Amino acid sequence: MAEAQMQQDAGAASSVETRSRREDFLRAFFSNRLAMFGTVVMAIFIIMAVFAPLLAPYDPLDQNLPEKFDGPSLSHPFGQDELGRDILSRVIYGARISLTAGLAAVTLATVVGTLIGVIAGYFGRAVDSSLMRLMDVILAFPSILLAIIIVSVLGPSLPNAMLAIGIVFIPQIARVVRSGVISVRERDYIEAERALGASNTQIIFSGILPNSTAPLIVQATLTLATAILDVAALSFLGLGARAPTPEWGAMLTDAFRSGFGVFVQGQHAIIFPGIAIALAVLSVNFVGDGLRDALDPRRRG
Amino acid sequence: MQIIPVLLGVSIVVFFMVRAIPGDPAQVMLGQQATQEQVQQVREKMGLDKPVFVQYGLFLKDALRGDLGDSTVTGRPVTTELLTRLPATFELTAFAMLVAVLVGVPVGVISAVKQYSLLDKTTSVLALTGISMPIFWLAMILVVIFGVNLELLPFPGRLGPTTAITSITGVVLVDSLITLNFAGFWDGLLHLIMPALALATIPMAVIMRMTRSSMLEVMNEDYVRTARAKGVVPWRVVFKHALRNAMLPTITVIGLQAGLLMGGAIITETIFSWPGIGLYVYQSVGSRDFPSIQGVVLYGALLFVLINLLVDVLYAVLDPRVRL
Repeated sequence: MAEAQMQQDAGAASSVETRSRREDFLRAFFSNRLAMFGTVVMAIFIIMAVFAPLLAPYDPLDQNLPEKFDGPSLSHPFGQDELGRDILSRVIYGARISLTAGLAAVTLATVVGTLIGVIAGYFGRAVDSSLMRLMDVILAFPSILLAIIIVSVLGPSLPNAMLAIGIVFIPQIARVVRSGVISVRERDYIEAERALGASNTQIIFSGILPNSTAPLIVQATLTLATAILDVAALSFLGLGARAPTPEWGAMLTDAFRSGFGVFVQGQHAIIFPGIAIALAVLSVNFVGDGLRDALDPRRRG
Repeated sequence: MQIIPVLLGVSIVVFFMVRAIPGDPAQVMLGQQATQEQVQQVREKMGLDKPVFVQYGLFLKDALRGDLGDSTVTGRPVTTELLTRLPATFELTAFAMLVAVLVGVPVGVISAVKQYSLLDKTTSVLALTGISMPIFWLAMILVVIFGVNLELLPFPGRLGPTTAITSITGVVLVDSLITLNFAGFWDGLLHLIMPALALATIPMAVIMRMTRSSMLEVMNEDYVRTARAKGVVPWRVVFKHALRNAMLPTITVIGLQAGLLMGGAIITETIFSWPGIGLYVYQSVGSRDFPSIQGVVLYGALLFVLINLLVDVLYAVLDPRVRL
């Protein structure tokens, strides 16, 4: 009885509470210096990606063989690569390809993973255990090996690499969503919605999903960091973006495959695309860590 | 014992993946140069004329006996190809894992004990940087700095061109010690440093982060406070009371790193021309050698599942509260 009363009070106070929670979250997130740094760097990369044609000083595909591996200069701040192309322009265009590829993979994993997680968590029993066994099978593969066999079968291309990486990440998202769903499934307000005649779909969208979004957002952000790395890794193995596409991983691969000379004369061709990848991934990780700490009051330091 | 259905699932996925390649699987398995008779032979061997369930049964039977067909590039059995390269990969990954644990655990402990100190903040950012770097970039940067610019470390491969070692186990460091070939041991060790460092960075960072966070959790427990209150010396509190309990989640994470190490080995071995399974995967992917890719994925998943099973068992041994 007392419990029911308390929940009613909580319900009445919930609109006030949500607001202060949001303020708490924003304050916690923006006072985290690393998270702010990550947000700013991400914003710069997004601007680079969107306005690439305006920002890039040269055409990223323009070759200039006599200037092979020319070092950084005023006209080419990042130097020139194994075919004399401007590395700065390729890094700028690369933001488009690498970030889009990572984002596409994570979107696929998030949509499918959420669907599986919700269905498994909400319906439980046989549906749950069969879906989760399926997820266990995917998790049993070392992730890059699974991605390799998927892309080998589908044929090497950037879209197939995104698809493969998306598939590999489905179980992680599904597990996070499922546990969120299970934790709210038996709550009284869900029971109330059901008593009022809401359909399963209505209950899932209005009552259950909104309460599982916080961990989902954190997981998706941290997955994005890994996805960007994995897209680059597949490109390195010749299973993703291919020459002459200015994808960051492919840029490193092409430089590496051009022969031993790159380690001696072409060091800048290795350094700059790598810094772009590391900086993008690092900033996504900072944002992910910041979100996690801000969303979970126990972790606030 | 959920491992059996999972392994069956893995084998089904691998089986149907290779069947899903457009074209005649026998032709695909043999490559373009195969004659009509060879194709027919393989079709019969694979049982392509039989129902798909029977085909799967045959595949499973062969796989259990270690027969995964022949490489389309060398024509030798895939299992033989993998076993020949296993020692090189084992040496690299085991050494990398050793480095990762020996550095990751102590640094994680110190960071937790001195929480919010300059050291803690620096190592936390470094660890996050470590897991944000593409491993192939890290490997190439190591080559640029230590191999080319400073000329400190030799590469590529496992040994210099003038070093000879009697092969017994296939593991250079072990073989050279057994045969008392200390010059060979030193050369092998120098060749091992860069690839192992490239491979160790991510697990090291992950282990460090996990050790730090579980140490922080444990340090706030009542029994640690009690130990402190009754006057146990601080290092003893940290190592005996806290670390032993904090190691449990770390061990789970170490097991999960095995999967990442396999992926990392493919890239590291490619950059350093390290003659192991990773380099073989890279070459097989390039030549679309499907029996080899299929074999590596199947055995890789099996190994990964077994390692994590071992971790679960170890967990139960270390933590009496866990019942298998």
